[in-house]
Amino acid sequence: MIPLNYYLALSAILFSIGVVGVLARRNAIIVFMSIELMLNSVNLTLVAFSAYLGNATGQIFVFFVLTVAAAEAAVGLAIIIALFRNKMTVNIDEINIMKW
Amino acid sequence: MSIDTIVFLILAAASIISAILVITRRSPIISVVYLVFNFIILAIIYLTLHAQFIAVIQVIVYAGAIMVLFLFVVMLLNFAKEEMLTEKVTYKKRIAIGLAVVMSVQIIIGISTSFGEHPNQLSPVATQIGTVEHIGKVLFTQYLLPFEITSILLLAAIIGAVVLAKKRIG
Amino acid sequence: MVMQEYIGFVVLFPFIGFLINGLLGSKIKSEKIIGSIGSGVIGIGFAIAVVIFFQMLASPVENRSHIIEIFNWINVGSISINVAYQVDQLSIIMTLVVTGIGFLIHVYAIGYMHGDKGYWRFFAYLNLFIFMMLNLVLADNFLLMFLGWEGVGLCSYLLIGFWYDKKFEKGTTNDAAMKAFVVNRVGDFGFLIAMFLIFITFGSLNYETVFGRAAVFSVGDATIFWIALLLFVGATGKSAQIPLYVWLPDAMAGPTPVSALIHAATMVTAGVYMVARASVFFALSPSVMLIVAIIGALTAILAASIGLVQNGIKKVLAYSTISQLGYMFLALGVGAFATGLFHVVTHAFFKALLFLGAGSVIHALHNEEDIQKMGGLKSKMPTTYKTFVIAALAISGIPPLSGFFSKDEILWKVFDAGYWPLWILAAGGAALTAFYMFRLTILTFEGSPRWDKDKHPHEAPEVMTVPLIILAVLSVVGGFIGIPAALGGGNAIEHFLDPIFERSNSILALGHHDVVPTEYILMLLSVVIAVVGILFARHIYLNRKDIAEKLSEKYSGIHNLLWNKYFVDEIYDATILTPTVKASDKLLWKFFDIGIIDGAVNGTAKLINIFSSYTRRMQAGFTQSYATYFVAGIIIILAILIIR
Repeated sequence: MIPLNYYLALSAILFSIGVVGVLARRNAIIVFMSIELMLNSVNLTLVAFSAYLGNATGQIFVFFVLTVAAAEAAVGLAIIIALFRNKMTVNIDEINIMKW
Repeated sequence: MSIDTIVFLILAAASIISAILVITRRSPIISVVYLVFNFIILAIIYLTLHAQFIAVIQVIVYAGAIMVLFLFVVMLLNFAKEEMLTEKVTYKKRIAIGLAVVMSVQIIIGISTSFGEHPNQLSPVATQIGTVEHIGKVLFTQYLLPFEITSILLLAAIIGAVVLAKKRIG
Repeated sequence: MVMQEYIGFVVLFPFIGFLINGLLGSKIKSEKIIGSIGSGVIGIGFAIAVVIFFQMLASPVENRSHIIEIFNWINVGSISINVAYQVDQLSIIMTLVVTGIGFLIHVYAIGYMHGDKGYWRFFAYLNLFIFMMLNLVLADNFLLMFLGWEGVGLCSYLLIGFWYDKKFEKGTTNDAAMKAFVVNRVGDFGFLIAMFLIFITFGSLNYETVFGRAAVFSVGDATIFWIALLLFVGATGKSAQIPLYVWLPDAMAGPTPVSALIHAATMVTAGVYMVARASVFFALSPSVMLIVAIIGALTAILAASIGLVQNGIKKVLAYSTISQLGYMFLALGVGAFATGLFHVVTHAFFKALLFLGAGSVIHALHNEEDIQKMGGLKSKMPTTYKTFVIAALAISGIPPLSGFFSKDEILWKVFDAGYWPLWILAAGGAALTAFYMFRLTILTFEGSPRWDKDKHPHEAPEVMTVPLIILAVLSVVGGFIGIPAALGGGNAIEHFLDPIFERSNSILALGHHDVVPTEYILMLLSVVIAVVGILFARHIYLNRKDIAEKLSEKYSGIHNLLWNKYFVDEIYDATILTPTVKASDKLLWKFFDIGIIDGAVNGTAKLINIFSSYTRRMQAGFTQSYATYFVAGIIIILAILIIR
């Protein structure tokens, strides 16, 4: 049988790949997708634990994470569309108004 | 090397490769496609963990709804082709990759040295808790309140999305 | 009525006069009113002082010293200093001189300053000066005396530079005023250090307390030595002795009443007063006394020698003042404190008279001060001439005028104490004094007129001649307060002042000798010297001017040296002033102030600027950079967790 650690290690790697995507890409859509990737890796962790510990709570949590991710994706994409309308770009290097 | 391990390794490799491809492609549409592929691989992994409900939900909601939404937006905004991650590796990208590597190493070390032994096998009740029946039972009894609140959250999200993306008149 | 308690008014009235004339003077259009207020307040003070004096004479000796407290000034920790006045024999004499002569000079100035556009300012400053001087002589502690000390220095500055837009020698009157102030400052520094030492040693600055505690110190004690020496440094500054006398000749830039009051009769005697008041310290330091005596004698003859060849009427009188002050310090230095003060009093009479007379001449000749352009004024200004001659006779030491008694007493005391080299210097100075004084008189008043034909000299108005006459009378009879035992008198002033100097005299172990023949011989000798000097001057300057010219050619080297005042000013300039200015400019200003201090302040600002320009980039508004910092933080936290 596969030890739990393997699943956790896979999840960690997927998470890190997501982090790279968030920090290094300029396109806002790609950044969003990397965030989804990170959320999924967390889902994997939760499901793995739930299976190995015999507790359904993990999977219920995943259910809610899924829901929230969906809501967040919807709203976030709406923001990007609004941003695109104003600035004609989704290059986040050019969006630097969140400062003092 | 049992069959389980081989299957797991194949699936793991596929998901990692597809994840890397997501973040390194030049065209956003290709990235979306690879992300869908990654989600499906993950759903298969969930199946190996006997989490049937979650696997199906993953495919329907994530791969089916969310990624379609992404695709719509990508096509709506009609991007020009953008640079790949591997082109012109600036210091920003180097730092990002470096940090991510360090973080993953740390997490793996943390996992392996953490207190308590982690179970080496699937729990005996794993097959039962992943069923739709069981999940439904737990969801509507123990976690009813979060369930209802989530529906309000979704309502807020819908309204928010509509308001934000609306074209202003005048 | 116990008048001592009214001593406060003696000091207060001049201050009120200052306030009235100072604040309202520019509005009061009548010179008479300003002058009357100015003189009146002094007159009232003089009257009160006279009454106090007579009451003092009438009371027994033990009862003659009073301390009148006005208010508590400083009360901090262990220091408690009052504004209080000590009315005793010494201070009452000084008060009488200051208010009396001050009053006469104020009245004179009503006439002298007529028409001046700063009339009210003049009387305001003069009143302020009297106020400060009275504080100086009446104070019962060193701090109040120092207040008066500084105050008279300030007034001296204000009054020397009174005609602030007038040219004077190589610069303006303001340069002369600054010179006076700065040179005084050097002396004041010594005074200040002495005060600190006094406070540390005795824990108080009150005369009574300090002198009482000082009497138990042993003779030659090191601390007392330094206190006395530093006090004397202060005195040399204010009283124009070597090496700090250079300001007094330049102070002649001020109006003549100022020269008469401040630089002849009162302020310059402040140093003498201070040494006399602190006589205990000096009695306890024989080495300092010797220094005082030597400097006094040297100053006396040095200044007299310079006065021989000067051509400005006020300049000659200025050097004469320096010289006479030297005599006073000589007296103090040999332990004859009362005699020194006696000379202060007589000198005030005839020197003020000389200056006022000179002022009368200058006024008559429309501000001509060069005696080479005078002459033949005898008939035009008879009163001025007569009083001037009386003063000249007095200063030369001709009996029975006042100067004879005081100067002769000094010479005798010097000889009696055994300092005959100093006696020779002093006697030489006396000879020179007689000579240059009559050179001045003759060149100014006698002979043929050498002034411009369009000047019409005439006698001064009464308001100016009456003070001259009064002072002349005083110069004649003033000496009788100090007739020595040798001539059958009781030396009233010395006995009067005995209680003041009791402690010092007992330390010095000077006794009152019986009269010895030597005294008569010396007395005769000094008179002969004076007479010879006068006759010599008359011979040269009346009859044979050519001798004077031949002598100055033959000894042109010495003549040049004397005429240039021994180049002392130039030496000071080269050795002290110029290096100090240069050092301040190059080292202190450019290096310290700009380089280090400004550099530190500006450098700190620059450093912060640089630092902030780096940290500023952390908040550029780029979300991804914020996220990067997130991840970095997570890594750090994970590291900590792993290490645990």
